[in-house]
Amino acid sequence: MATPLVVSEVAKSFTMHLRDGVRRPVVANVSFSVKAGECVVLGGPSGVGKSSILKMLYGNYGVDEGQILMDHDGKLVNLATAEPRTVLEVRRTTLGYVSQFLRVVPRVSALDIVAEPLQARGTPLEEARAHAAELLSKLNLPRELWSLPPATFSGGEQQRVNIARGFITDHKILLLDEPTASLDAKNRAVVVEMIAEKKAKGTALIGIFHDEEVRDAVADRILDVSLFSPRKAAA
Amino acid sequence: MSTLPLLKVNDVSKFYGSRIGCRNVSFELYPGEVLAIVGESGSGKTTLLSCLSTRLMPTSGIVEYHMRDGQYRDLARMGEAERRFLMRTDWGFVHQNPAEGLRMTVSAGANVGERLMAVGDRHYGNIRATASDWLERVEIGVDRIDDQPRAFSGGMRQRLQIARNLVTSPRLVFMDEPTGGLDVSVQARLLDLVRGLVHDLGLAAIIVTHDLAVARLLSHRMMVMKDGAVIEQGLTDRVLDDPREPYTQLLVSSILQV
Repeated sequence: MATPLVVSEVAKSFTMHLRDGVRRPVVANVSFSVKAGECVVLGGPSGVGKSSILKMLYGNYGVDEGQILMDHDGKLVNLATAEPRTVLEVRRTTLGYVSQFLRVVPRVSALDIVAEPLQARGTPLEEARAHAAELLSKLNLPRELWSLPPATFSGGEQQRVNIARGFITDHKILLLDEPTASLDAKNRAVVVEMIAEKKAKGTALIGIFHDEEVRDAVADRILDVSLFSPRKAAA
Repeated sequence: MSTLPLLKVNDVSKFYGSRIGCRNVSFELYPGEVLAIVGESGSGKTTLLSCLSTRLMPTSGIVEYHMRDGQYRDLARMGEAERRFLMRTDWGFVHQNPAEGLRMTVSAGANVGERLMAVGDRHYGNIRATASDWLERVEIGVDRIDDQPRAFSGGMRQRLQIARNLVTSPRLVFMDEPTGGLDVSVQARLLDLVRGLVHDLGLAAIIVTHDLAVARLLSHRMMVMKDGAVIEQGLTDRVLDDPREPYTQLLVSSILQV
């Protein structure tokens, strides 16, 4: 089976120049790979670097050392060193991300926020909106909210908009940063089902889930991130 | 996505006597890419923008533009007439102060129509129809087409300036603090509008701003300037979420949380 994501010997630290240049190592020697149709869950206590790994995979954090190799349209791209425009191109077609919080754009409706990634890939607006509506109703977001900008939505409502936006495309790699954190049991079950559908379609998923029930339902494998703790690597 | 850059900037410096405006700036801009240049006042952002847009001649270095005929041309070696034609048709320049980019004593419709005439449009009916279409796109009531921008609010003037610049379907737009001096609510509307237009038209843009939130919302890539030099650049998300340089860390940590 195909392996769309390979992470090899990645290290990351922060240098805080405003704090007398204190260097804070985050992770070291991170190596793992994710197969198509597999869901790998990053485990370990808070502060161990789970979110940092996701952010490096998405290109929001720089990488000090190592490689992040992704299969992008049949070509191998090293996201750790790729040019900004390559990173954006990979995000548009290969790499999806459901963040913990929705970054709200003023004046854009929930429906259009969800439809946007599809539209960016060339799907006609009406078709993209129809697909967005399908996902939002699956996630039980009240129909009267669809045409409103999500700035005034509750945490759970915003998160469902965010999930729908992340799941609407058929990206081969999908990163999930606690997508179920502020959802009720009924909607958590919907997300679990959606993740199962993605797996069946051959998407490679990497996620952080603190909810044990969800984690057990979706994970094929749990990767203990404390193994990548820089202190351990140095020892 | 086209594989050839629209603009190639190679080692551009500008000195005002012995004072540094900007120094050793190199980058490439691709079609559809939005680049934000950030930094505090006096860091050289506007000088750099002026050098790129031929409003100033760089002291050294080369700026090349990919013309519609597929050739790269050194902007400094272009004739004055050719350069002006480029600025009126293939480029746009949105000034912080709309009064600099608009003609304040002719009607809104004429402000938009003037650029169409520069590309050879002569049919009054067509020009007026396109102008009113563009006023609508920037959310100015078509009933205001015969009013002068003097009678417009700051936000409306700025939207009119944008319509005037985009009507000729330019491929590259320079913006100097486009939201500076506007109310926050007016800013949000303008940002949303610019974001939509850039996306729909596939424009490349270089935006000078000191507002990191504006850069986050509009740009793909970011360059941070200090004392005339580019000290950090990269994907906008990366520069803002994981700033490396001391000065960038200071900038990012100085944003007030609302």
